[in-house]
Amino acid sequence: MGRITLDQVTKSFGEVNVIPPLDLTIEDGEFVVFVGPSGCGKSTLLRLIAGLEDVSSGQIRIDGADATDMPPARRGLAMVFQSYALYPHMSVRKNIAFPMKMAGVPEDEQKRRIDSAAKALNLTDYLDRRPGQLSGGQRQRVAIGRAIVREPQAFLFDEPLSNLDAALRVNMRLEIMELHKSLATTMIYVTHDQVEAMTMADKIVVLRAGNIEQVGSPLELYREPRNEFVASFIGSPKMNLIRGEVARTYGAQSIGIRPEHIAVSTDEGLWHGTVGVAEHLGSDTFVHVHGHGMGSEPLTVRVDGELPVRHGDRIFLTPDTEKLHRFDAQGLRL
Amino acid sequence: MATQHSRAAARLMISPAVLLLLGWMIVPLSMTLYFSFLRYNLLMPGMEEFTGWTNYRFFLTDPAFFAALTNTLLLVGGVLLITVIGGTLLALLLDQPFWGQGIVRIMVIAPFFVMPTVSALVWKNMFMNPVNGLFGHAAHWLGLEPYDFLSQAPLMSIIGIVSWQWLPFATLILLTALQSLDQEQLEAAEMDGAGAVQRFGYIMLPHLARAITVVILIQTIFLLSIFAEILVTTNGGPGTASTNLTYLIYMQSLLQFDVGGGSAGGVIAIILANIVAIFLMRMIGKNLDA
Repeated sequence: MGRITLDQVTKSFGEVNVIPPLDLTIEDGEFVVFVGPSGCGKSTLLRLIAGLEDVSSGQIRIDGADATDMPPARRGLAMVFQSYALYPHMSVRKNIAFPMKMAGVPEDEQKRRIDSAAKALNLTDYLDRRPGQLSGGQRQRVAIGRAIVREPQAFLFDEPLSNLDAALRVNMRLEIMELHKSLATTMIYVTHDQVEAMTMADKIVVLRAGNIEQVGSPLELYREPRNEFVASFIGSPKMNLIRGEVARTYGAQSIGIRPEHIAVSTDEGLWHGTVGVAEHLGSDTFVHVHGHGMGSEPLTVRVDGELPVRHGDRIFLTPDTEKLHRFDAQGLRL
Repeated sequence: MATQHSRAAARLMISPAVLLLLGWMIVPLSMTLYFSFLRYNLLMPGMEEFTGWTNYRFFLTDPAFFAALTNTLLLVGGVLLITVIGGTLLALLLDQPFWGQGIVRIMVIAPFFVMPTVSALVWKNMFMNPVNGLFGHAAHWLGLEPYDFLSQAPLMSIIGIVSWQWLPFATLILLTALQSLDQEQLEAAEMDGAGAVQRFGYIMLPHLARAITVVILIQTIFLLSIFAEILVTTNGGPGTASTNLTYLIYMQSLLQFDVGGGSAGGVIAIILANIVAIFLMRMIGKNLDA
């Protein structure tokens, strides 16, 4: 009920071409995450789908019907904004009821849907408060409640968690995933945080400068990034990219190896270097190693808990060749 | 910061200003009160004597008083109505992106910089004059009888002139308020299925409520004491058709040389202004907190 197809969609603001021709299909019930650095056009793309911006050319189809020139309200999509965009002068109940009131849903049906949404989102005690009296997480839930009661074809989320603190963000992430499982509605989620993308998505769309760099499941992107950009964008801490002599021995312009795919030893190994800063996270330690003859960028290496090395020590590294990524001069995967 | 010592010092430091302001208010107020109980006519200097409530009785039973009271309320109400509604519409218009926005916005503010006497004279002689005025010419051109605004509809004409002066103020305040509205709220409402009129009614108007309150309160204070516009256009006439309380007090004290009666009128005007203020605060003041 919520299959969205973009066909050769472009968008330009005056002279500036924000989205070059772009094709994308979002299947019904999928959780799709648009991810990319800021300014990559991911929010614009979402707003094009929502109908808040007009496409410059191309076609948007929702469930097979041409929605390119449809006003936002008729597309059957609900959006959760970054600022939540709650109506400050209305109570939580009225905020949630607003889309139904606009659609002319009968009173008792409105009440039923509000009650069930409030129950699902733990908002029952707050229905008569104003948004100003709620915490960030509660406001977020009200915004989601306002979207749910419309029973939309698809939900659009525009960086909904970026205004929350870290602990709350993890909670809300789980709640949104839970919601997706229970509603089984298409969800499109925009974020610049690759952790959110990895944990939530069925399908990730990596964008750069309006171009789709790669589309795939989180693990596909992790295992087989199509190019250097995706390789360094997905995964945390990011992949080490090594150029020059070392890369040429592998027959590539540059090679990438993730911090978790490097073995560490104090007496022997393929590469050697000097230990720099170590970040202790308890379960893991990320050690920054200045590799000899491997450029000025330190390599990040993940090791378990305690490693008896100190700043300035000599250390040996061995990459897991199976998990080594090779890229050509254009940055494409070999 | 707020130690006992620093608070005492702060009180000491602001006391001269407070005392000055207090004196500034108390001296004229008590003199007005004092004069209002005297028989004090400038034509009979040295004959002042205490008369009790006589001045008040004469002022309140003067048929001109009720005419002036009605005119004052009509003037304030009419101008408020026109400026708030017109200001909201203009603000909505100016909020749209268009070419030359900056210049147009400055031009809209311009009438506010013209002093009341000048703008009233311009309106009287260049627009409303039935022989030389632009409106008269326009009526001629259309083959109609020119309308003598200031003698046939004096109060309405003054309401028009004053509205023209205050419209920019209302527009400016409401435009800034409108620009502070979160665009995402409007977009959310659009996604929620609200049309342009509903977006205005449900989102913009509640957002503007506080600004409208401010406009009404500030304008009321100034509109209760409109004087220059009446003096240079109609002189309060014909009869008392465009006399407001301020103008009546002026006539009493300076045209009839009755300082005592004028002072009594002044005290009554203060009381009425306070009644209006309390009434306004009750009605719309809630918008200011929250």
